[in-house]
Amino acid sequence: MGANSGIVQWATSPWGQHVPIHIAWFLIWVAAIAGLAFFMVHAVYLRYFAKREEFAGSVSPELAARLPARIPRHSLVARMFHWIMAASMLTLLFTAFLPKVGFQFDWVTYHWIAGTVLTVSIVFHVIHASFWLDFWAIWPDRTDIEDAWKRVRRFMGQPAPPPRKFAKYPLENKLYHGAIMATGLSAIVTGVFMMFRVRTIFFPRNPYLFRDMTWGLMYVLHGLAGVGLIGLVMVHVYFAVRPEKLDITKSMIFGSMKREFYLEHYDPERWPVEPANLASTSSDKSRV
Amino acid sequence: MAVIRDVMAPFELLQPTTAADAQKLLEQHGADAWAMAGGLDTFDWLKDRIRKPKVVVDLSGVGELKGVRETGDGIEIGAMTTLTQVVNHPIVREKYSLLSQGAELAASPQIRNQGTIGGNVSQDARCWYYRAGWPCYRAGGNICYADTPTGRNREHAILHAERCVAVNPSDSAPALIALDAKFVIRTPKGERVVDAEDYFIGPEIDITRLHILKPGDLLTAIRIPATWAGAQFYFEKVRDRNVWDFALLNVASAMVVSSGRIERMRIAVNGAAARPLRLKAVEDAVRGKPPSAETGAMAGRLAVEGAVPLQFNAYKIPLMRNLVKRAIGGVEEAKWAPIVA
Repeated sequence: MGANSGIVQWATSPWGQHVPIHIAWFLIWVAAIAGLAFFMVHAVYLRYFAKREEFAGSVSPELAARLPARIPRHSLVARMFHWIMAASMLTLLFTAFLPKVGFQFDWVTYHWIAGTVLTVSIVFHVIHASFWLDFWAIWPDRTDIEDAWKRVRRFMGQPAPPPRKFAKYPLENKLYHGAIMATGLSAIVTGVFMMFRVRTIFFPRNPYLFRDMTWGLMYVLHGLAGVGLIGLVMVHVYFAVRPEKLDITKSMIFGSMKREFYLEHYDPERWPVEPANLASTSSDKSRV
Repeated sequence: MAVIRDVMAPFELLQPTTAADAQKLLEQHGADAWAMAGGLDTFDWLKDRIRKPKVVVDLSGVGELKGVRETGDGIEIGAMTTLTQVVNHPIVREKYSLLSQGAELAASPQIRNQGTIGGNVSQDARCWYYRAGWPCYRAGGNICYADTPTGRNREHAILHAERCVAVNPSDSAPALIALDAKFVIRTPKGERVVDAEDYFIGPEIDITRLHILKPGDLLTAIRIPATWAGAQFYFEKVRDRNVWDFALLNVASAMVVSSGRIERMRIAVNGAAARPLRLKAVEDAVRGKPPSAETGAMAGRLAVEGAVPLQFNAYKIPLMRNLVKRAIGGVEEAKWAPIVA
């Protein structure tokens, strides 16, 4: 077999071409260890060094009194998408990488089925988010950037006014969404093409769809996206189980969060919630 | 790809004299070590410089791995027993002639004198794309060159193909499965005994190996229980050259017939998939039925259910169907019927 130079495994094709064939598998451990290191550093920082969050502005008691006890956050459809995506993503990661670390089982069929589920759910999500939800709620805006700069300056001990409370999704959420979108779409697009290399129910095998170099780069990109997703999913699960984030996690199960949590962390001007008497008839648009 | 032949890459040769030492050396060197039995598969790889192990553990000096021994319940064959010794052993010939038939059809007399039973069941795939050193799935790459529209795949799999379509080339393997043999493996964690059919794995489990041996593992013996001793056996191998060739397909069966009915049966084929296949559905379907051509025909049809031919190996489907039919109904009863215009 070919040489393993750096993060890519290379081979010589029958036509004498030096082609990449997949990533070097030690990257699985790099991603896993990086994820664990992040947990430890972040947990230690929060436990011993982090200062209490301080936000500018306040919510009027009148507005607070008009809010429902439970603030609707995720619609049933959005929650179902999230958990279907999570199940398929975990299945994909386990079926992809467990065989590489010594747990042998018939993984390919489960892998492409899970990949198909993920692809369909992502297509649904794009359509749903574009036409039924507030599409821009998950993208960083000007206020996010300004507040991020204030937070960085305060973290560095420099004078800066406190940032505003968050919109529905804090900047960290938005950046995470961007990262998972980039890696996820890379894995999905390459994965769909790679399904031409195996037998599925969708289309006939066609290993000659691309040249060896293109196929090799596709396998490498799929692998890099895969190991990237290991780290990203680990970080996601870590934050989901952190005590101060549990209200957010529960809202992905039950659909809503406590009013007190909302008032403490979110800015009603950036994430407006309809008053209690209207909440029950609110449109899907307010519940991204 | 240019292949430099007959000049092996240098390696360290280790020659243990006990199974314990051999296993320890394999464990110590892990993936860098190559266990060599008769050397017939080994030297192909080494002389073609496709495999370049740092260490070769030569098992030929391990006396305890050689010979056929009677046990309380059958026989135990050391993994380093040559195929010729297996074929000629009086107990094997008398009680387990299915194995002697299968082993006798492997390769040539010279090769059987040197080749071992352990090596025969553990040998690697013969797919020429793989053996030529091309970066296919089995070699750790990302393509099967045989399973392409122009791939030469006449000898390849019709069942359970999963990315790789290479087949297992062993002749003794289906016989051992039919005899319900147990494979004894010395591992870093101790001795492990597995059923013959579980010794072999397909590409869906591990695309780079045909068997369950991992670095550090050593196949030490094969035990054949007396359960099928003296049963009605059938072995047939179909190959391109009858003097010396790998099987296109082979079939091995052990059958106990009582009052004109099949009381119990075990049947396995090789050359149809990446692992020798025990045909459990066939075994269940023929139980209680007469060993007739009709039963054989039904079994043959059942055996090839789910078969998917490649570009050039569709012939294997009727071939396998007929081999199974002959294993049950016998050759005489399975003669071709005249074509009626």
